[in-house]
Amino acid sequence: MDQKEFFLHHGRQFGTLLGLLILCIVLWILSPYFLTVSNLLNIAQQTSINAIIAVGMTFVIITAGIDLSVGSILAFSGVVLASILRIGLPLPLAIFAGLGVGMVCGLLNGLLITYGKLPPFISTLGMMSVARGAALLYSSGRPISGFSGSLRFLATGEILYIPTPVVIMIVVYLIAHFILTRTKFGRYTYAIGGNEEASVLSGVNVKLNKAMVYGICGMLSGLAAVILTARLNSAQPIAGIMYELDAIAATVIGGTSLMGGEGTIFGTLIGAFIMGVLRNGLNLLGVSSFIQQIVIGSVIIIAVLVDMALKRQKQ
Amino acid sequence: MNNDIVLQMRHISKSFPGVIALDNVDFQLRKGEVHILLGENGAGKSTLVKILSGAYQKTSGDIFFHSTKTEINDPKHAQNLGIGIIYQELNLVSQLSAGENIFLGREPANNLGVIDYKKLFGEAQKLIDDLKVDIDARRLVKDLGVAQQQMVEVAKALSLNAQILIMDEPTSALTDQEIKELFASIRRLKDKGVSIIYISHRLEELFEIGDRVTVLRDGKYVGTHDIQDVTKSDLISMMVNRELKEQFPKQTFKIGDEILRLEGVSNQHLHEINFSLHRGEILGIAGLLGSGRTELARAIFGYDNIRNGNIFINGKNEIITSPKKAIKLGIGYLTEDRKSQGLVLNLSVRENICLPNLDNWSKLGVVSSKKENEATQKYISELHIKTPGMHQKTILLSGGNQQKVVMSKWLCSHADILIFDEPTRGIDVGSKVEIYQLMNKLIAEGAAIIMISSELPELLGMSDRILVMHQGKISGDFPIEEANQEKILHCALGV
Ligand SMILES: Nc1ncnc2c1ncn2[C@@H]1O[C@H](COP(=O)(O)OP(=O)(O)OP(=O)(O)O)[C@@H](O)[C@H]1O
Ligand SMILES: [Mg+2]
Repeated sequence: MDQKEFFLHHGRQFGTLLGLLILCIVLWILSPYFLTVSNLLNIAQQTSINAIIAVGMTFVIITAGIDLSVGSILAFSGVVLASILRIGLPLPLAIFAGLGVGMVCGLLNGLLITYGKLPPFISTLGMMSVARGAALLYSSGRPISGFSGSLRFLATGEILYIPTPVVIMIVVYLIAHFILTRTKFGRYTYAIGGNEEASVLSGVNVKLNKAMVYGICGMLSGLAAVILTARLNSAQPIAGIMYELDAIAATVIGGTSLMGGEGTIFGTLIGAFIMGVLRNGLNLLGVSSFIQQIVIGSVIIIAVLVDMALKRQKQ
Repeated sequence: MNNDIVLQMRHISKSFPGVIALDNVDFQLRKGEVHILLGENGAGKSTLVKILSGAYQKTSGDIFFHSTKTEINDPKHAQNLGIGIIYQELNLVSQLSAGENIFLGREPANNLGVIDYKKLFGEAQKLIDDLKVDIDARRLVKDLGVAQQQMVEVAKALSLNAQILIMDEPTSALTDQEIKELFASIRRLKDKGVSIIYISHRLEELFEIGDRVTVLRDGKYVGTHDIQDVTKSDLISMMVNRELKEQFPKQTFKIGDEILRLEGVSNQHLHEINFSLHRGEILGIAGLLGSGRTELARAIFGYDNIRNGNIFINGKNEIITSPKKAIKLGIGYLTEDRKSQGLVLNLSVRENICLPNLDNWSKLGVVSSKKENEATQKYISELHIKTPGMHQKTILLSGGNQQKVVMSKWLCSHADILIFDEPTRGIDVGSKVEIYQLMNKLIAEGAAIIMISSELPELLGMSDRILVMHQGKISGDFPIEEANQEKILHCALGV
């Protein structure tokens, strides 16, 4: 790809990146503490959970779907993970179970959507309630804590001076980017979202691919649960409420079209950071949480408005 | 004819990122004339009329409407100026009925906004009946065939009382009979003083319906002539700037082994279909709209279920449950509707061409971009796909170039049973010949082709054998020497 083409195709991402930079500069001017290493690492750490969930959401939205159940799946995975740790079973097993629970819930979504022919909105709305209920039931409605410290590393540890959750996030993004851009599965994900019928007629196994996309989304919610549980050193059955909205927001701000067929994984990363930086900045500035909600909501709307206006201009 | 000039476009230019679609083009339209716009795929015809309809904004140039300089801001504005357009790609809401589509945005309603459906369907039906086509205004558009949808578009444009009516390849999906009806309507409109801008790649029909012709080449204005002053070959050389030898470069090869056989294949659209296809053969399939031609293709390709009967591939009885399986068995299917079934419009040229072929070009699920690029480059140059690069989204290509992309998908799939449903729809004369030559090459290499087409000259020109379908049955089977237009039409009508 020559340079011009590169910009033509990635212009959208540069736009969001520019937005993020401007946001950072403004916050830097308003609060000198903003641009310190410790604050930036703090932002990255806090963003990592939403950013990881948003990866799964990006896959789902590229297929023209939606997943409302990620927050509930996170809670369910979290309590399962914590309960396994508490009875003293090894950490890898617990993590495996956490990811597995997420994946199974996600696949269930996928099967309902493909073989059950349910609209994604409905089946994941159902799952949102079912998984939340399962988490509450499983934990009897109480937080699960009091397990050995081995899990803590995943939240407080560092690899090459970088906090572990951030490292995990980076790895997830690199893998997801590779999958979306270089593999058959990634290509099919875009094709299905762009035109499902044409994909079937091109020999794509649409049902299998879609089910897998929801499975991945669920599994990443499970991964987010691992990190969140590690950070809090306990698992809450009411964790992750409204997380689906943050993930959808990050994805959409990052340029993924709700109509499907379009979107990039790094756009989502930038989107997640815009959300994270904004929260952090508003906290630094001592803005009340009520006003924060208004600001964040407005930013989501403005970001998408600007995006659509730019797209129209290109015509 | 009246010589009043209703519309003048002067020095019109339009550029897109990486493409100059129109470069200093002039165009003039008289009252009550049918003015043909002609040019190769990507010459800029659709772009020119989209500027008129307000869908695109010109980069420079002037438009005079009844000698007053006018800026056309948006489609609504164009509509108010009395400009109606039928786009190359159909623009109907498939979940609504034909009648609702015709009056979309202008529904007859009472003061409370409640739609008067009786009036809506009544008037819609009248418009449709005026076109002498058999469509129920209450039927949902998604249940109509492409040609019927096309006629709904025509009815919709007519209902706007347009003084200038633009038709971008209206006949590309129509059968001969439907074209006759359409031409009759066009003549009636002409008599009423409506001016028509008409785009088509079917050169024969231009002489039948056109008054004047303007030719574009590579976005530039070549010339305007009265249609009686030019011949077909004049037009071709104006369009492509070179001589075109043969329209149908048919080559015959030794017919090889049987590759496909259908025995008693039936489903809700098909009744007892029997035929066999051999390597080295082009089997043409004729028939009217709704005769089951496309349904036959879909059944073979595993997209529709088969209730009874057997399909044998290379002598082996196969149950084809999905297109994926069909592709594995070496079947390729170029669908008739490129927009809804052929292309993923927001993916690039490369990604579309490669979509059915990724299994061959990937290891452990990772796609080799080298192989993809090679194949894409090959077909871009072989079929002269006009695009600024292989990463251009297909939605930004001209209609004919989109069709070439769909064609490429299957040409590089190494399928040896190729089902082409209206393969040359919207493709210019020069490129058609190139596609026919590619078909020759495929059968020379031992593939077999089933070609479904509504263009009889194409069927007669390229097939080795022609089947005719009528109401889901095969009503005629002719070796090419015995086939002619009349016989085919007889069987197609079931008489
Ligand atoms: N929105 C767009 N963005 C970028 N390029 C475009 C756009 N629309 C058209 N083009 C390009 O402009 C050129 C002219 O296209 P146009 O659709 O006018 O061709 P056409 O003469 O109608 O061809 P066809 O016979 O294939 O329909 C083509 O190269 C096409 O790729
Ligand atoms: Mg066109």
